[in-house]
Amino acid sequence: MAKKEYAFYPGCSSQLKGSASNYLTSVNTMCHKLDVKMTPIPDWNCCGASISYAGGGELARHVMNARNFALSEQHLPGQDVVATCAACWLGAKETKEKLDASSQLMAEANEALKEAGLQYKGGTAVRHMVEVLIEDLGYAELGRHVVKPLEGVKFAGYVGCQTNRPFGIAGESFENPMYLDKLVETVGGEALTKYEQKVTCCGGALAFSEPDKSQKQIRDIVESAYDAGADMIVTPCPLCQANVEVYQSEINRKQGTKFDMPVTYYSQLMAVAYGATPKQAGLDGHIIKPKKLQEIAVKVVPAKKS
Amino acid sequence: MGAPNELNLTALAKYSNDFLREVEERVDEGEWVKMCMQCGVCAGSCPFGPDWEHSPQKIFMMIRAGKRQEVLTSESMWMCTSCYNCVVRCPRQLPITQIMHGLASYANRLGLAPKMQPTRQWSLQFWDNCTRTGRVNELKLTLGLYFKDGLMAGIRKAWEMRNIGLGLLMAKRLNPFELLKGHECKDKAGIHRMLKKAQEIEDRRRGFSK
Repeated sequence: MAKKEYAFYPGCSSQLKGSASNYLTSVNTMCHKLDVKMTPIPDWNCCGASISYAGGGELARHVMNARNFALSEQHLPGQDVVATCAACWLGAKETKEKLDASSQLMAEANEALKEAGLQYKGGTAVRHMVEVLIEDLGYAELGRHVVKPLEGVKFAGYVGCQTNRPFGIAGESFENPMYLDKLVETVGGEALTKYEQKVTCCGGALAFSEPDKSQKQIRDIVESAYDAGADMIVTPCPLCQANVEVYQSEINRKQGTKFDMPVTYYSQLMAVAYGATPKQAGLDGHIIKPKKLQEIAVKVVPAKKS
Repeated sequence: MGAPNELNLTALAKYSNDFLREVEERVDEGEWVKMCMQCGVCAGSCPFGPDWEHSPQKIFMMIRAGKRQEVLTSESMWMCTSCYNCVVRCPRQLPITQIMHGLASYANRLGLAPKMQPTRQWSLQFWDNCTRTGRVNELKLTLGLYFKDGLMAGIRKAWEMRNIGLGLLMAKRLNPFELLKGHECKDKAGIHRMLKKAQEIEDRRRGFSK
């Protein structure tokens, strides 16, 4: 039996051939190595993300999340709901807090859920994958599985917004959260703690509707990683990852820069450090190849632990 | 500029000269607006700050000053990236992000939001896309945005972005067959019934239904 079990809420972008499908690949590999069992919530639906506010009313957006909780309670009773996507986690957690605090809203949500034959009882905890790693397993346990330390690789830890605000990870500050740097160090990489754009917004969903304004943000995020001497950026958020990686070529085209900065997920770092192949770590899912990570992943003989 | 709809006229009759009360009753988290102490930290914390015609701080004061038309037709709220920086920094702990979304959503409901505002269109497309099957169809969502201003504009935009599309395709992060059939929930019908009910309940509570 697996050491830990969770109700998994992977989210739309992580699906097969989705924009963050390699995030899911690396999370699955990482969890397998850590003996953590993630069972997807059967028939889970979109959280609505932050951007859907004009279309969905307040209650409609809450019931989207409440449906996932109800399904989780029904099929995976007693297990915490764990999201890997920042927006999924935020949306779900926001709904949970609201419903738990208001019996009226809870009753209204259940009136709507009844139409889908479901009921939310209010027992589900909503957590982020990072919380599972840090709080349930701990840095020491995470370090214990390292067979290939990411020695000599310099990472700019880009936490972004929604994994950090408004909820964040317990015990971390909003202005300078340290957990991503600590995760990097846990797997033997060099964390560039002086990286200045750690919690800067990449534009989020407005990268689509306001490309110029968002690309100004992305330029700062990438430029600062170069300034800090980074080999690559690492992030916990699928939208941060996509925006910051994908639009570098647009910024180069429009502004004459020569950006070529890989953007990876924390789970890829861990998968590689735990001995995964490039494919298992989702390294084939990048437009800008994280070469230094690939080099370590293809090494046949695991480095000795010191 | 949107043509004000019937709902707007009803609201005008009911709340004339009392925009703050209207916001408190009808806008998500609107009851917090009166708590703003005008410190301006939100304005200074916003990543798109320079692009707002009126910062959240100003919007809050305008609401209290009864500047209904100016607030509801403003493009400002649509500049919110949902980064929550203002929320965590606000000394009064106002849910500013949520209030901005609430105001934008309300303005849209009344037909007062600027029709061509790109984030308004994007937001509506996103909701429509994700609720149709219960899961986002990323390809249709992106193409929908490119082609929103017509076929030629769409082709131009898609051509401009071709390298990004190709890159994503090569990285197996884009599936052309999503145009035909994408990921979806099994119980689509249940989700649609549930959302229809939720809308009915909320309309009743906020006094939108007749």
